Amino acid sequence: MSAGAVARSTQPGRDRALRMADAFAHWPLSVRIAATVLGLLMVAAVGMDIVAPLDNRSVDLDAVLHAPSTAHLMGTDEVGRDLLARVLHGVRISLTIAVAAAFGAVAVGTLVGVLAGTMGGKVDAVVMRATDVFASQNHLLFGILLLVLFRPALGGAAAVMLAVALTHWPSLARIVRGELMSVRERPFVAAAVGGGAGRMRLVRRHYLPHLMPAIGLAFVLTVPHAIFHESAYSFLGLGLPPHQASLGNILSDGQRSLLAGGWWLALFPGLAILAASMTIGTLAEYWREHLHPRWRSELEL
Amino acid sequence: MGKLIARRLAVLPVILLAVAAMTFVLTEISPFDPVQAYVGAENSVSVEHKQEIAHAWGFDQPIYERFGRWISNLAQGDFGNSIVAGGQPVAGEITSRLGASVALVAGALAIVLIGGLVFGVLAAHFRGTAFDWLVRTLCYFNTASPSFWVGLLALYVFSIELNWLPAGGSSDARAVDAGGIDLEHIILPMIVLALTQYAWFTLFVRNTLLEVLREDHVQFARAQGIGEVAVLLRYALPNAMIPFVTLVGTNLAELIGGTLIVESIFGWPGLGKLSLDAALGEDLPMLVALTLAASGLVVLGNLLADVLYRVMDPRVREATR
Repeated sequence: MSAGAVARSTQPGRDRALRMADAFAHWPLSVRIAATVLGLLMVAAVGMDIVAPLDNRSVDLDAVLHAPSTAHLMGTDEVGRDLLARVLHGVRISLTIAVAAAFGAVAVGTLVGVLAGTMGGKVDAVVMRATDVFASQNHLLFGILLLVLFRPALGGAAAVMLAVALTHWPSLARIVRGELMSVRERPFVAAAVGGGAGRMRLVRRHYLPHLMPAIGLAFVLTVPHAIFHESAYSFLGLGLPPHQASLGNILSDGQRSLLAGGWWLALFPGLAILAASMTIGTLAEYWREHLHPRWRSELEL
Repeated sequence: MGKLIARRLAVLPVILLAVAAMTFVLTEISPFDPVQAYVGAENSVSVEHKQEIAHAWGFDQPIYERFGRWISNLAQGDFGNSIVAGGQPVAGEITSRLGASVALVAGALAIVLIGGLVFGVLAAHFRGTAFDWLVRTLCYFNTASPSFWVGLLALYVFSIELNWLPAGGSSDARAVDAGGIDLEHIILPMIVLALTQYAWFTLFVRNTLLEVLREDHVQFARAQGIGEVAVLLRYALPNAMIPFVTLVGTNLAELIGGTLIVESIFGWPGLGKLSLDAALGEDLPMLVALTLAASGLVVLGNLLADVLYRVMDPRVREATR
C-alpha cells in the first residue's frame, strides 16, 4: 500500500488502520516478531481468563503428570491441572505485578531525581549519596531482606512490588536527575524564572514535560527486570502466595516434578518468562534507538 | 596507586555505616517482630516471656541507644546470633560457608573468561558468517533467560536424563572446608553460574575486537604483512581483555545474586544457600550481616577493578597520574 493511495482514501478509520499497517511493515523483522509474540501472549493471557477462568484450579487426578499431547498442549502438573492454562494465567499475574512494580520504581526514582535536580546544592549531594548506598545493594539479596521485613504485613504481591521498586529506583533517579540537569540550562527555563515562576511551577510546566519521554522509556526498560525479579522471588518461595500462581511459582512447582521426569513443567513457564521479557526488551530497545540514540549509554539498567 | 587504594579503603567504613543505618531504619519502620521470629510460630510462649526476651535483647531501650550499641557490636565483629545456625554466632557461620562460594565463583569466572574469549574471538574472526550469527543469537537468548530456569533445565538434562552429574548438593559440606572441593558436585552449579555472565562478556569481546580491528595500529600491523590470526591475538585481543576487569570488579554484585539462585537449586552449601535459608527462617541478624558483607564486597570489587584498569591500560594510568 503506497502512501498516495492512503491519502486518497475517504474513510478516516480505515485510513488509520492502513497507516498503522504501513508503519508495522517498515519495522525491522525482529521488532515485528516481538510485537506479534507479545500481542498474542497478552491476548491469550487475557482471553484465557474470559473463556476459561477456573480451568487453572481444576484438579484431575486421572491426568497426573501427563506429557504434552493434543489434549493438554503443555502437559499436566502433579495434580492433573492443565499447564497451558496455568502458564497463561501466570503470564497475566506476572505481567500485572511487573508493570505495577516498575511503575513504583519509576515513581520513586522520578521523585528523588526531580528533588535532587531542582534543589541542587547540599540537598542534591545528600540525596545522591543516599542513592549511591541503595544502588550498591545487590537487587536479589536486598530484595529478599525487604521481603522478610514487609511480607507478613503487606502480603506477597505488595511486598514483591515494594522489593522491586526499592531495589530498582536508584538508576532511574540518576537518569531523571541527569536529564533534568541538562533541561535546567536551557533558555526557556531562564525565561520562566525571569517571569517569576516558582520551583513547583518549573517542575510541573517545564521539567516534567521534557522528562516524560525518558521516564516512559525507563519504565518500559524496567519491566523485564521486574518480571525477572518477581519470578525469582516467587521461585525461591519468598514472593507471591501459591494460590496467586505467577510464572515463578509454577516453575517452583516444576522443580519438584523434575525428578519424576516432568520436564515440561520446567520448560514452558520459563519459556513464557523468556518470551515476555525478550519481546518487551526488543520493543523498548527499538524505541530507544529509533527516537533517542543519545540515551543508549545512559539507560544501561 | 597506593594513595588511591588508601583513600578508597578509608571510605569503606563510612559506606558500611551508611548501609547499616539504612537497614536499621528499614527494620524500625517495618512491622517485623524479631522476638516472634525467634520463638517461632508457636503460641505457647507467654507474653511475659516475650517481654523478657525483648528486655534481654535491649528492645525496650531508646532507639539511639540501640543503634549505638548495635554499631559498636558490629565494629567489634559481633553480628549477633543466627537462628538458622542454631544460635551460633553469625560471623562464624558466614566464615565457614565462605570457601564453598569462593570456589563456585572462581570456577564460574574461569569458565566465563575462557569460553567468552574463545567464542568472542572466533565470532569476531568469522564476522558476518553463520557461525557469528549463531553465537550472537545464542547470546541474546542467554541474556534474557532467567538463571533459575537455565539451572532447572541443566539439572534435568545432565543429572536426570543423562545421569552424568549428581542432581545437587555437596555430599559432605565439611569436605569443602577441608580444601577438597567436591568436583563432581560443583561442575553443574559452576556452569550455570557462568552462564549468567557469559553472554554479555562474549558479545563484549566480539564487539571490542571488531572496533579495535579498524584502528590504525592494527591496519599498520596488517600492512607489515602480519597474518590475520596473529593480528587478532597479539594486537587486538589485549584491548578486549579490559572488559574482563569490569566483569570481576563491577559485576561481582551480580554474581552474588547468581550464587543465591544457583546454590539453592543445586543445594551447594555456600553463602547463597545461607542467604535463602536465613530469609525462609526469618533470621534477621544473618540476613543483615550478609547484606553488609555484600556491600563491602561491591566496594572492594570496584576498587579492584580500578587498580586493574591502571595496571592493564596505560592510557588510564597516564590520565590519572
